Amino acid sequence: MEIPKSFLGYKRENGRAGTRNHVIILPVDDISNACAEAVANNIKGTIALPHSYGRLQFGADLELHFRTMIGTGCNPNVAAVIVIGIEPKWTKKIVDGIAKTGKPVEGFHIERTGDIGTTMKASKKAQEFVMWASEKQREECPLSDLWISVKCGESDTTSGLAANPTVGNLMDKLEPLGVHLCFGETSELTGAEQVCATRGATKEASEKFMKTWSSYNDFILKEATDDLSESQPTAGNIAGGLTTIEEKAFGNFQKIGNCKFIDVLEPAEEPTKGKGLYFMDTSSAAAECVTLQAAAGFNIHLFPTGQGNIVGNPIEPVVKLTANPLTVKGMGEHIDCDVSKILSREMNLSEAGDELIKTTLRVANGRLTCAEALGHKEFVMTKLYRSA
Amino acid sequence: MATDIIIHDKKDNVGVVVIEKITPKQDCACWIMEDDSSTNIQSVDEIPLGHKIAMIDLKEGDTILKYGHDIGKVVKSIKKGEHVHVHNVKTKKW
Repeated sequence: MEIPKSFLGYKRENGRAGTRNHVIILPVDDISNACAEAVANNIKGTIALPHSYGRLQFGADLELHFRTMIGTGCNPNVAAVIVIGIEPKWTKKIVDGIAKTGKPVEGFHIERTGDIGTTMKASKKAQEFVMWASEKQREECPLSDLWISVKCGESDTTSGLAANPTVGNLMDKLEPLGVHLCFGETSELTGAEQVCATRGATKEASEKFMKTWSSYNDFILKEATDDLSESQPTAGNIAGGLTTIEEKAFGNFQKIGNCKFIDVLEPAEEPTKGKGLYFMDTSSAAAECVTLQAAAGFNIHLFPTGQGNIVGNPIEPVVKLTANPLTVKGMGEHIDCDVSKILSREMNLSEAGDELIKTTLRVANGRLTCAEALGHKEFVMTKLYRSA
Repeated sequence: MATDIIIHDKKDNVGVVVIEKITPKQDCACWIMEDDSSTNIQSVDEIPLGHKIAMIDLKEGDTILKYGHDIGKVVKSIKKGEHVHVHNVKTKKW
């Protein structure tokens, strides 16, 4: 298949391109959710991103909170941002971080004004933003403007046999065309960590990966009260035939094809070494991982599933694929790309990779994903430890 | 010919059922992805889609190989053709 050289995206002020054109209402903290949701309810076409944190965090955990908030606002799938926090200082810090992209952003704080007054002021600005954004047109953008993140979920053995290698095939075909790629799931590489480390493009990248994996593994061993057999693999994984974390890890690892990773990113860290594949240190919980990848600037997500994970994200479209014919049959409304014919050998891996490229480009051009049509907007902040 | 079981790597001692289920004493056609070769096995247990079958006899302490790599240890002996899962295999990690 000849791969198209471009897609239709929204060009942003900082040179990036979006596959979506959202106006978001971003609460800085948990207690500002109500106001953010009131604004999104008032002004049609905006979307609130409620979450559970943002108060009394400190140290690396607070840094991650800010990086996730600012990164979400900066994502090129977002046209404009309203930030609402309880107090002015942290609200301003997030507004200033997003403003560096050049996109419209304005902050509001609730103290001394209350929810109702703040909702009124923020709604007026949100209306202005959404009407401005509604005039943006999709334009031809080079394929290299795609930043593709990947993460698998509710995996079973069909994931490792077919759906994950399909993503790997797409990576092998798109990496030479200059796209950015990102995989994560630190804990779910356990058992395959040594093999994964050999896929660093440089000695430095390999060492950074092993350091990151070891640190996450030490944390798990420290907190574990049993052998983790209830959590990793999950009950869904086991029902689907996966027996151990090692088996899950080697299946997971198929997603990167033959690519080598050029750098290891902190959670929600924007890549800065140019085109190519990056590894990000993330949890293996679907919504947490996709939220971090979206905050790092990735504008389209590929999500292979076995038993049928249904996750979505409010700003980054999540394209689902599966090779499990029972999942296609039972919950087809969640599956954007069916590659189950690989198992019956009516389709080979390269054909499946081409199908996934076609689906990815249709979604990049504006076709809604199943998760978008079904209203999945899971926005889940990663919290590193308890607040002060 | 229809494939009942797929094996990732020639070194693997387990295969994955890729039809809805296999029944006891079924003669199964296996495809080895690595080198596009074929083999056969007769099943002992009923095994559902996605679950693994032992391609050889395995004893306690043996290593299960899939993708050509170590994915865990045998904790209860397994006969060729039997179902391989959490009841007879455990992780070597965690």
